Amino acid sequence: MAENVTPRVRVPRDASAGEVITIKTLISHPMESGQRRDGDGNQIPRSIINRFTCDFNGENVLDATFEPAISTNPFLEFQATVPESGTFVFTWYDDDGSVYTEEKEIAVS
Amino acid sequence: MKETMLKSAVCGMALLALPLTASAQEAELVINGEIEVTTEAPAADHMDYIRTVRSGWTFRTGETQALQMDDFDNPGMLYVEQAMSVWNTAEGEAGESCASCHGAPEDMADVRPTLPKWNEEAGEVWTAEMYINDCRENRMQAEAWDWNSQPMRNMTALLSSVSRGMPIDVQIDGPARETWELGKEIYYTRYGQLELSCANCHEDNYDNLIRADHLSQGQSNGFPTYRLKNANIVSLHNRFRGCIRDTRGEPFALGSPEFIALELYVASRGLGLDVEGPAVRN
Amino acid sequence: MTFSRRQTLLLALGASAAAVLPFRASAAVEDAIAEFTGGATPGEGGITLTAPEIAENGNTVPIEVSAPGAAAIALFAAGNPTPGVATFNFGPLAGAHMASTRIRLAGTQDIVAVARMADGSFVQARQEVKVTIGGCGG
Repeated sequence: MAENVTPRVRVPRDASAGEVITIKTLISHPMESGQRRDGDGNQIPRSIINRFTCDFNGENVLDATFEPAISTNPFLEFQATVPESGTFVFTWYDDDGSVYTEEKEIAVS
Repeated sequence: MKETMLKSAVCGMALLALPLTASAQEAELVINGEIEVTTEAPAADHMDYIRTVRSGWTFRTGETQALQMDDFDNPGMLYVEQAMSVWNTAEGEAGESCASCHGAPEDMADVRPTLPKWNEEAGEVWTAEMYINDCRENRMQAEAWDWNSQPMRNMTALLSSVSRGMPIDVQIDGPARETWELGKEIYYTRYGQLELSCANCHEDNYDNLIRADHLSQGQSNGFPTYRLKNANIVSLHNRFRGCIRDTRGEPFALGSPEFIALELYVASRGLGLDVEGPAVRN
Repeated sequence: MTFSRRQTLLLALGASAAAVLPFRASAAVEDAIAEFTGGATPGEGGITLTAPEIAENGNTVPIEVSAPGAAAIALFAAGNPTPGVATFNFGPLAGAHMASTRIRLAGTQDIVAVARMADGSFVQARQEVKVTIGGCGG
C-alpha cells in the first residue's frame, strides 16, 4: 500500500471562454514496477497508478492508462479547452484499489 | 590476483574528454521566474587550483536543468511539501511543532547558507541534521530522526528550499578552522582500491566524462538534492558515502566527524554560489 | 605475465565497458503496436515525438507526444521488459492532442508513439534514446 500519496495540480485561475489552457499534474507515488527484487531475492510485486482521468463539468478531457514504465511520482502535462466556468476533477486509480482525487475551479469570462 | 584484474578492468574505463551530444542547455537558473540563482562565480581565495566555481546545475543536460526551474516540475518539492505538513504538526511529549517556536519556514532562510557551522555549546561543527535532532530531542521531547530517514531528508530539503538564491556563507576561520583543515585533508586523500580522491575527479577532471557521467565540481550548494537515479531526495553524506564506496574503499559513516569535516570543506569550495537545494541531479 | 582465459575475458569486458548501454529491442513491441492498431500498419507523419537524444538517467526521461486530430496516442518502449508505457485517450474537452510525461527506460532503445486518428487511421513516430549509466556515486 503506497504511503503519503499526495496529488498536486496546476490550473490557471481564470481563462476566456473557449481558451486552451495547460494543466500540469503530479502525484507522489513510488510506481513499484514489479521488476525489482528485495534483499532476499523475492520479486517486489507491482503497485502503480494505472489510470488517470481529467473531467471538466462532467465532460472528459483526458483518460490515460499508465504502465510501470511511467516514472516514480507520475507527472503529466496536457491541454484542455474551457468553454465556461466550472470545476476540473482529477482522478488517479491505484493498483491496490485506492482512488485519489483533486479538484480545481476556474473562472471563465 | 583479484587486484590486478580490477585495475586492468578499470584501465578500460578511461576518462574521456569528449562531450556527449545532449539537448541545448539553459544559460541562467531562474526558479519560478523569480528566484535568481548564481551558478557560476569567481572561486574563493582558499581555492588553489580552481578559478571559477560552477554549480552542479551547469553540468547537467537541458532536460534535467529545466526540471529545477519550476517548483511544480521539480520532484524534490514534493518532499518539501511533505516536510511542510510535518513542520506544522505537534510531535513529542512537549506538544510543540516546529512552527510553535520557529514560525514559518521562510523565517529560517538565514540558516542553510551558513551550515555547517561551529556550535559553541557543543564545541563542534554542526550540520542541519544535528540542529534538527537537537530541537526534536531536547525541546520537542520527540525521537531523533535517523540521518538518512525520509523525514530527515524531507526536512533538510525544506530548510534548504527557503534559502534558494542566497549566497553560501559558511565560516572557515575561528573555531571551525581545525574541522575545515581535516575536511580539506580528506578531500585530497586517495581512498579505496581505485585510489581516488575527491580532487582527482572534481578538481582535476571536472567537465570530463568518467564512463558516461559528466563530472561536476562536486559542489554541495544543491544539496539535499533530488537524484533522478534514486527518484528521491539524497543527503550530502549519502552522496559522499556512495562516492567513496565507488572507489572500492570503506566509506565513513553518515554523520561521522570525517563527513562533517568534509561537508564543511566542500561547502566552502562553493563560496560564491547560491543555495539551490533541493536541486535536480542525475 | 600470462593471463588465464577468465582474466582475458574480464580484461576485454572491462576495456570495452560501453559508456552507453547496448541497444535493446524486443519483438514484443511489434505485437503491442499491432494490438493497439488492430493489425493495421501505421503510416508516417502527423505525429511528433519529442525525447532527449541522450537521457541523463533512465529512471526519469521527459518525453512529449503530439498528434493534432488524434483520438488517442499510445506510447511504447521497444527495449523495456514490457513495451507498453502509456495510452492517452483524448476526450471532447481536450485542448490539444498532446501529452507530456516522464518515463523509465531500461537501456538505450527506440521509443515509439502511435496515434489513432479521428478517421480510424494510424500514424507512428519512432526515436532512439541513448540511456547512459553514470560513473559514480551515492
